[in-house]
Amino acid sequence: MAQIRVENLRKSFDQFTAVHGSNFTIDDGAFFAMLGPSGCGKTTTLRMIAGLELPTEGKILLDGEDVTFHRAAARDIAFVFQLFALYPHMNVAENIAFPLKCQGMPKREISERVQETARLLRIEHLLSSKTSKLSGGDRQRVALGRAMVRRPKAFLMDEPLGALDAEFRHLMCSELRDLHDRVGATTVYVTHDQLEAMSMADQIAVMNKGRVEQIGSPQEIYDRPASMFVADFIGSPSMNFLRFEGGLKSGDRAIAFHDARVAVPEIRQDCAPAALALGVRPEHIRFADAASVRGKVFGAEYLGTTQIVTVDTAHGRVAARLPSSASVRIGEVVGLEFSSERLVLFDTGTGLAIRTANDGSAHHG
Amino acid sequence: MADVALRNITKRFGAVEAVRELSLTVNDGEFLVLLGPSGAGKTTTLRLITGLETPDAGSVMIDGRDVTRDPPGSRDIAFVFQQYSLYPHLTVYDNLAFPLRSPARRVPEPVIRKRVEQTAELLHIASKLNNRATRLSGGEMQRVAIGRALVRDPSIYLMDEPLSSLDAKLRAELRLELKRIQLDLGATILYVTHDQVEAMTMASRIGVIKDGQLLQCGTPREIYESPSSRYVASRLGTPQINFLPAGLLADVAVPPGTETVGIRTEHLRIGARNGGVMVGRVHRVEHLGEQNHVHLDYKGATLVTLADPHQPLQAGQEVELHLMRPLCFDRAGQRIPAPAH
Repeated sequence: MAQIRVENLRKSFDQFTAVHGSNFTIDDGAFFAMLGPSGCGKTTTLRMIAGLELPTEGKILLDGEDVTFHRAAARDIAFVFQLFALYPHMNVAENIAFPLKCQGMPKREISERVQETARLLRIEHLLSSKTSKLSGGDRQRVALGRAMVRRPKAFLMDEPLGALDAEFRHLMCSELRDLHDRVGATTVYVTHDQLEAMSMADQIAVMNKGRVEQIGSPQEIYDRPASMFVADFIGSPSMNFLRFEGGLKSGDRAIAFHDARVAVPEIRQDCAPAALALGVRPEHIRFADAASVRGKVFGAEYLGTTQIVTVDTAHGRVAARLPSSASVRIGEVVGLEFSSERLVLFDTGTGLAIRTANDGSAHHG
Repeated sequence: MADVALRNITKRFGAVEAVRELSLTVNDGEFLVLLGPSGAGKTTTLRLITGLETPDAGSVMIDGRDVTRDPPGSRDIAFVFQQYSLYPHLTVYDNLAFPLRSPARRVPEPVIRKRVEQTAELLHIASKLNNRATRLSGGEMQRVAIGRALVRDPSIYLMDEPLSSLDAKLRAELRLELKRIQLDLGATILYVTHDQVEAMTMASRIGVIKDGQLLQCGTPREIYESPSSRYVASRLGTPQINFLPAGLLADVAVPPGTETVGIRTEHLRIGARNGGVMVGRVHRVEHLGEQNHVHLDYKGATLVTLADPHQPLQAGQEVELHLMRPLCFDRAGQRIPAPAH
């Protein structure tokens, strides 16, 4: 079990800086996700924590101990990769036992550890199976078993579910989180899939172009995104941005949105006239005949419980999540009403969110 | 455009029956989606329609004409593959024009120009016509690949997972576009996928296929609300429908012969304990932003329900369960019609 601390961590490859000075602390026992598009620096950060890359600058502390220049093998961390590389000529039990055998652990102890690991993963019935006969999910479980059996201080996982299909991936997410709750080891999980990060993590670090844009619990990041990048990356369909020009005064409770007034959470920051965006999540839109923001229905996508209705407005295409019982006709003109207490405002120049009464300490911390 | 019908088609590869007595009609102007896992027989079905495979039994009809023995070239079908294969040395314009320049078609060049420009407009790639095909993003390349089918006016468009190689955002965008184009053109499309969201959002009708057999065919709403079997019920819906052994139910009337009850996540309501007979325990609350998925333990079964993201719920908390609109299935997994309410 361990706390992981990253201080001013920077990594450059020649001219290219992959990670620009990251700072964060992962609490002992936490499930921490690093989320971002490919090339955002998440895997490089993970590899530095693992000891597979040396940082250009900065420190990595494992339980307070500076391990920045320790070799990977000396860090007592287990790494789980996307491609479950199992030894094809060994059965499941032998695959799981392998890391312990390499350490020269006595046979009886190995067998106890393998049993215990298999029990945690619920694969006891597979111990004598050939790995080539296993399904994708079971192969992933065995790969996890091989990482767990050493009882490392922390698990580092790099898109471990990336190779599985979407529906199965969500089931595996539940399973991984349950496993984490049983084992309790600090886990750092890298993914580009926001649903995986939301579904499993206690804390998410959203990364973009080598920088951490926001760290917070899934709900914080969803409700109070610190930037347009974060707002856009989290949520499906993603947040709508309705652009407008204007200035804001601290204390305002409504904005002049083109010709309309739109109620918003109380503004807590002065803002000179600039290009701004009103951020609206699809589920915070209702159709209302009297609403002043209007548009024409472009399409309706039935999803069972809900439907996603896309509406073309003068300010761009807007996606609204409505109950599937609502009847919607393509081409009809509708008014859009927003749940004012959930709106977010952005400065489109900097891409940063404007402080409002909703923020709490999110921007000050 | 035309009706395309399969009548009692069977196709074997050695000992494997890839398609079994499959009958299906794609009506003129319809967007029919075949939904099934890999190995279900989806792609084989498409290949049987094109004539790339010949059925062991049954017939393929296009506009009432039996084409079962006709060669592929004479069937007037346009095919879009999963992996877009464009000619890298040609421009977008020439890639789109290519099918029309086939010597068999002899389309005059001004007509070709008009068709290509219309198609490019429809797919929002008009500004890219002079680009090399290799100088495009993945989404644009897939649009060109779809465009190469759309420049023709075939009896049917067959599409084999054309969006599956794209990233999630682009896929969502192209889903909407493809549906709009189909409506605008009144095109007849048979589309195969394993992605339930594609099926639900684009299809006029969905055919659920498994092990070479068509299990149910209906509008997305029919399939979602009134599945014919346990398998079909589990195929649509995120999170997946809950299944409970009928023996674990209390206070819920089910018809005789019911072995399992299916409850969609939105039809499982939870509330504070208030004298109800079905009591479960919160196992985990999953925060997905717009809603929470609440995982519950109930007499050893795991159930999932939806909750408002701001509703306070703790792991370990006991809650009352209320089931609405249960779907009843017999021992074989077949649906038993709902009892009268």
